[in-house]
Amino acid sequence: MAELLEIKNNERVQRAAIPHLEFADFRQELLDFAVAGGQVVQLFAYQDSGLLKLLAVLRNDKLYVAGCDAPDTFASLTVESEKFHMFEREIGEQYGLEPKGHPWLKMVRYHANYTGKKDLFGNDYSQDIPGNYPYFTVDGETVHEVAVGPVHAGIIEPGHFRFQCCGERVFHLEIQLGYQHRGVEKLLQSVPFKRLPIIAETIAGDTTIGHSLCQAQAIESLACLKIDEGAGIVRSIALELERIANHVGDLGALSLDAAFNPPAAYFGRIRGDYLNLSQILSGNRFGRGLVRPGGVTKIMGDEQKGLLIDKLTELTPQVEHVNDLIFSAPSVLARFENTGTVNYADAEKLGLVGYAGRACGLAYDARVAFPTEVYAGLPANTNHKTDGDVCSRAMVRREEIIHSTTLINTLLGKTEEAKSYIPEIPKLAPTSFVVSINEGWRGEVSHCILTDTDGKILRYKVKDPSFHNWIGLALALRDEGISDFPICNKSFNLSYCGFDL
Amino acid sequence: MLKVIKNRLEQGYRTSKYPKEPINLYKRFRGLPKVDNDCDGALVQRCADACPQEAIDAVTKQIDLGRCVFCGLCETLSEGKFVCFTQNFEMGTASRDDLFTCGDLPALAEHSKKHFKKLFGRSLQLRQISAGGCNACEADINVLNTPFFDLSRFGIQFVASPRHADGIHVTGPISKNMRQATLSTYEAVPSPKVVIASGACAISGGPFYGSDEIVGDLNSLIPVDLYIPGCPPHPLTTLHALLNYFK
Repeated sequence: MAELLEIKNNERVQRAAIPHLEFADFRQELLDFAVAGGQVVQLFAYQDSGLLKLLAVLRNDKLYVAGCDAPDTFASLTVESEKFHMFEREIGEQYGLEPKGHPWLKMVRYHANYTGKKDLFGNDYSQDIPGNYPYFTVDGETVHEVAVGPVHAGIIEPGHFRFQCCGERVFHLEIQLGYQHRGVEKLLQSVPFKRLPIIAETIAGDTTIGHSLCQAQAIESLACLKIDEGAGIVRSIALELERIANHVGDLGALSLDAAFNPPAAYFGRIRGDYLNLSQILSGNRFGRGLVRPGGVTKIMGDEQKGLLIDKLTELTPQVEHVNDLIFSAPSVLARFENTGTVNYADAEKLGLVGYAGRACGLAYDARVAFPTEVYAGLPANTNHKTDGDVCSRAMVRREEIIHSTTLINTLLGKTEEAKSYIPEIPKLAPTSFVVSINEGWRGEVSHCILTDTDGKILRYKVKDPSFHNWIGLALALRDEGISDFPICNKSFNLSYCGFDL
Repeated sequence: MLKVIKNRLEQGYRTSKYPKEPINLYKRFRGLPKVDNDCDGALVQRCADACPQEAIDAVTKQIDLGRCVFCGLCETLSEGKFVCFTQNFEMGTASRDDLFTCGDLPALAEHSKKHFKKLFGRSLQLRQISAGGCNACEADINVLNTPFFDLSRFGIQFVASPRHADGIHVTGPISKNMRQATLSTYEAVPSPKVVIASGACAISGGPFYGSDEIVGDLNSLIPVDLYIPGCPPHPLTTLHALLNYFK
């Protein structure tokens, strides 16, 4: 770790201060860090005055950064630690750099690379997705394959799933995404500044606040903008409302997948009530138009506070009663328990984040480890069931609903008011770097911005927690009945668009 | 069992009376924008320049609801003197041109194609296609199936197979990677069929306009019959549009 630079969340760092290592040293530092239990927050390539470089942000209980020149081909890190597997595939796809020996080097989102280098996958992108995609197959007389998607049976995002089965038993599930790819990172690096917040809010619609917080904080850091505590309170409340709305909706849907309908009907409606609370704060059910670099666009006055308090007082006992109904139904518990288990060792090796990680015993919560806004002064949550199965993921969410409600009530008791917000285009510090991390409802959301000598955005890197967690779902299905897929899937409820960008 | 009954009693009857009785949304909700035509040209220009979606035409003073994401910046900048967002959520239109507006929209019910009312007025089955968006549109379509909206009481249902559908409801800017799947799904729906573009993305590319990874607007791929603006459209906007266009 001697060669890594310790940084803070949202700390503006001069790019020159970031250790620039020889690739061999960079590789060894990263591997040592990963083997010692550290995790990867960001690892990406970027182009700087014609040269390709790599940059890594790592975390244990602190944050570190380091970079190096990117070789055209390099010895894959994934061979020695699985924590790098998606990052290397992404680097290969985006910049045409080849991690030699990568055991699973397949496309991530199906698009031509940014550098015009030879395509690693031999694809012609005028052809439709998935191009040359070598699906994992299992041979044998009793083995059959089930293919689902991209268009699924419900109102959900597109993705392709392939199950290798023997009868009802799943040997392996391969998840191939990219259908939602709309070029978010390229847009963020090229469009006028005024468009950035709108794009951040639509990286993943259900994580509108999570992603817009990351962007706002990163820009505030680069532009030396200070926000008042009142705005921090509104932002934190909005983030917790987002968390509760999604957890409530998913617990209802999980109950439905276990064929227990009443909680699904109740939680479906109650989720909408939480979305309406976001609408009271921001004017939009998903919190759009609220968080902007420099503060929040709407202040939370006594009227809004009163409405929030009244509604939360009404909803909180109802939510607890419906949760009690779900978690005391033997038929539901029989379906939840010991289904879709990911063990601690695998979760650690893959770096699962958010409730998916916490349900396996990885306690990491960015609100506690790297607090932003007003989280430093708020109590942490603890999880009591961490067996890695569907039941644990559901229980963790139930506990998080209770915890988030407590946080909101605490914050509503504070008196600091946000100052009114003045929309303006800020000027970013030149040749700087910042990484921003927040605990979105699904887990660690991170944005990273590098600026050039003119203060323009040179590289904008986005990471949604789903980037880590999709492989968790694939593992959860190993040796499960194929009919358990819906319940496993819903217990993770990962984002396609957040992954596909 | 007792818990089921207790919860049922606590939950009560929750289905909305809309459209028989109007619903008032909270005053911060940004619905149909109302433009003040007498507003100073310089202020209009300032709003047009600042608009992240380039949805404001400074000359005609019209807002393109097909591009607008209802972020409210023009209202904040002009302090309500140029644009004021009303709480009116009834914004569906039968033509793209009608979405360019100063705050008045034609009554949707009168502009719907008559044979659609005859064919689908009593029963409408839609296949939803999510094509490259952010999943907020999809989330607020799903909400229509919750007890508050209870879409199926109007004879409208979202179905799994395009073969069972009377039309497609498309969200997202049609990413290049979803272009073929969108077309295939459309082709799998038996004729006569209806095409609905829902949300700023499907109408104009939305927040992702200009990206070379998207098609950008559904109408360039398949002729659209019904436009539902918003980012995402409020569930009531969708409900109003479906009821007025087909009922």
